Amino acid sequence: MPTYVDPHACNACAGLEQGPLCVYICPNDLMVLNPDSRKGFNQEPGMCSECYACVKLCPEEAIHVRGYADFVPLGASVQPRRVEQGLTWTVRFRDGRELQFTYPSRTTPVGSSDPYKSFTEDPTQDLRNQSLAGESLWLGVDYLPTLQSNP
Amino acid sequence: MALPSTETVECDILIIGGGMSGCGAAFEAKYWGQDLRVVMVEKAVIERSGATGEGLSAINCYMGQRYGWNTPEDFVHYVVNDMMGLAREDLVYDVGRHVDASVHLLEEWGLPVWKKDNGEYERIGRWQIPIHGESIKPITAEPARKALGAENLYERVAVTHLLTDANDAERIAGAIGFAVRENKFYVFKAKTVIITTGGASNVFRPRSVNEGLGRTWYSVFATGSAYGLMIPIGTEMTQMEHRFVPTRFKDGYGPVGMWFQYFHARVTNALGEDYTVTRESELKKYAPYGLAVPTPTPLRNHQMFMDIRDGLGPMYMHTEEAMQNLAQGDPAKMDQVRNEAWEDFLDMTVAQALTWAAQNIAPEVTPSEVVLAEPYIMGSHSGEAGAWVSGPQDVSPPDYFWGYNRMTTIQGLFAAGDGVGAAPHKFSSGSFTEGRLAAKAAVAYTLDHVQEPTLSEAHIRQLQETIWAPLETFAKHRGVSTADDINPNYITPHQGLVRLQKIMDEYAAGTSAWYTTNGPTLERGIALIEMFREDLQHLAARDLHELMRCWELVHRAWVGEAHMRHMLHRQETRWPGYYYRADYPDLDDANWRVFVNSRYRAGSNQWELITKPYVNLVK
Repeated sequence: MPTYVDPHACNACAGLEQGPLCVYICPNDLMVLNPDSRKGFNQEPGMCSECYACVKLCPEEAIHVRGYADFVPLGASVQPRRVEQGLTWTVRFRDGRELQFTYPSRTTPVGSSDPYKSFTEDPTQDLRNQSLAGESLWLGVDYLPTLQSNP
Repeated sequence: MALPSTETVECDILIIGGGMSGCGAAFEAKYWGQDLRVVMVEKAVIERSGATGEGLSAINCYMGQRYGWNTPEDFVHYVVNDMMGLAREDLVYDVGRHVDASVHLLEEWGLPVWKKDNGEYERIGRWQIPIHGESIKPITAEPARKALGAENLYERVAVTHLLTDANDAERIAGAIGFAVRENKFYVFKAKTVIITTGGASNVFRPRSVNEGLGRTWYSVFATGSAYGLMIPIGTEMTQMEHRFVPTRFKDGYGPVGMWFQYFHARVTNALGEDYTVTRESELKKYAPYGLAVPTPTPLRNHQMFMDIRDGLGPMYMHTEEAMQNLAQGDPAKMDQVRNEAWEDFLDMTVAQALTWAAQNIAPEVTPSEVVLAEPYIMGSHSGEAGAWVSGPQDVSPPDYFWGYNRMTTIQGLFAAGDGVGAAPHKFSSGSFTEGRLAAKAAVAYTLDHVQEPTLSEAHIRQLQETIWAPLETFAKHRGVSTADDINPNYITPHQGLVRLQKIMDEYAAGTSAWYTTNGPTLERGIALIEMFREDLQHLAARDLHELMRCWELVHRAWVGEAHMRHMLHRQETRWPGYYYRADYPDLDDANWRVFVNSRYRAGSNQWELITKPYVNLVK
């Protein structure tokens, strides 16, 4: 398949500016809307890496994964749910056992990065030396090594 | 031919690809070149595009200079040995000395790094630190997106060709491509271009060929465009014969590094034997590399391969033994180990977790099969295929330096990540770092070369007709047959992909050929791929999505052909466990501890292969 969409849960992300989020995010251009039913589907299952980008983003939790028919027996599922700065995963085995795990994904709010905060390198004066932006702050050692300094 | 409209974008620096190295390049370029117009073009959306889009459970390139763990010199020694003696020491050193700052920045932007009680980073290997890395890509993309500005980021645009200057074929002038979701061409006119696109999955026939075609070990989105863009304009390439064959959990291709290095799990064959013990004497044949610690990755593959070839499989990773050893009967400790074991997959290869669940595998009870996967051609991770680039001025010897760090042999064309050859073991953090290195040098180059490039309108028109041809081919010929897929006038991109994979698998030492080939077999494969390249002019596409697949296939075909030509040139077996030249079965340092380079000449349709000397810098 491997991603599939529950037709009862998919609402084509009605009202969202970016349009359907699975279509927006899919790294391999696989998720599309069926023009008649207005539901999402995977147009090329053989090019799906089960990366879960669409599953993680779907606001209706309408997208699931049926493991690759080539080698995955039926009956199991792995489903994430976005929680505060992390994900909770529910792993359901073929024999019915269930495990749940919660892992953090990030330590800062989305959108909070400040790319060049407190950087001291001079974009003109330092352009021809070997230092990258921010290294005086972030390298962790006093000097950038060169082969001569570290024989 | 009726063609759609064209948007022309003029910029100073064009970054092609928005993966780890592309995001590093964007971030760095806008710091040093605040007044320059820097544009990025990406075929998907940068928050989840590229090889790390799914996430990662570890950063595999970190020196820990601040802790005194390693120096960049240590890194060079390790990498050169793991590559069986062949890597550009200047490029590897350069990544090593800068990479820590990149990792610290990623942490600052929100990447959760595992910590010890004393606040230091946790380690799972000499160069590896564990992370909660499910969101490493959106965390990396955010500062890049902010630095560029929304108006300079062109997403869902597939670049098909590089453009050289109308008056100087050795100078870059931009790139051309098309929008994946609307009928529109893009022409990027740029003084400087940085290639940060991907290495190549799906060039070789994978072990899973139906739906599982998507579950290649390296990202299925990585179509070899780094090479497919650079080779046709005559960029000098290096080490295109190199490949990486990962040992991974069978079929789901989940990572094994944590299991080997952190959990200390063993792999045994059907007789319960450990090939690193029973095949130890084999390492002596590959001295000095085989005698060093750790054993180089290809030689560990080679030892396991000997067991498999002798019919001693299946090979099992003893997760149960490792987890029981770590827990020592303590249920709370077992909970923690189980939590870590599942996170390793859920952070980066969810399909492996699903495979475990579907096969009722609880890793604390049941061992899991491991396998040697199909070959991958790449310049990052453990691969070293890519462009022959200049190194940094303060480190590189004269043979390896021509003005600007990470500039290719085409003036103004830079590369990073999978695009740079002979610079392996970068992984995510090193690729991000190399993008930064390339971008800083690209800014200097751009300020030194203010003359506008000249584009040939006639050439652009010709390329546009070529790019659009698969749609025209389908429209023109579809009436010949009642079935879209069976038509004497064309092949579909999927059919072409299968044909490429069959050639590579059978002639270029793929899995079904036991990773083995020889000169005559390669020559036959090259003859078949030359016909295949002709047939690529008869690709058909029903829509823009298939048109993208057509051009991905063209890029993959360039990779396959370059790979075979380089393999034919290197008359030795340098990386047993990756591939074997049956006619030259031995490692031959006396004659072949050199880089194999190539240039494709479009005018004559000829490939020129040469060797470049190895320069030892770190004693």
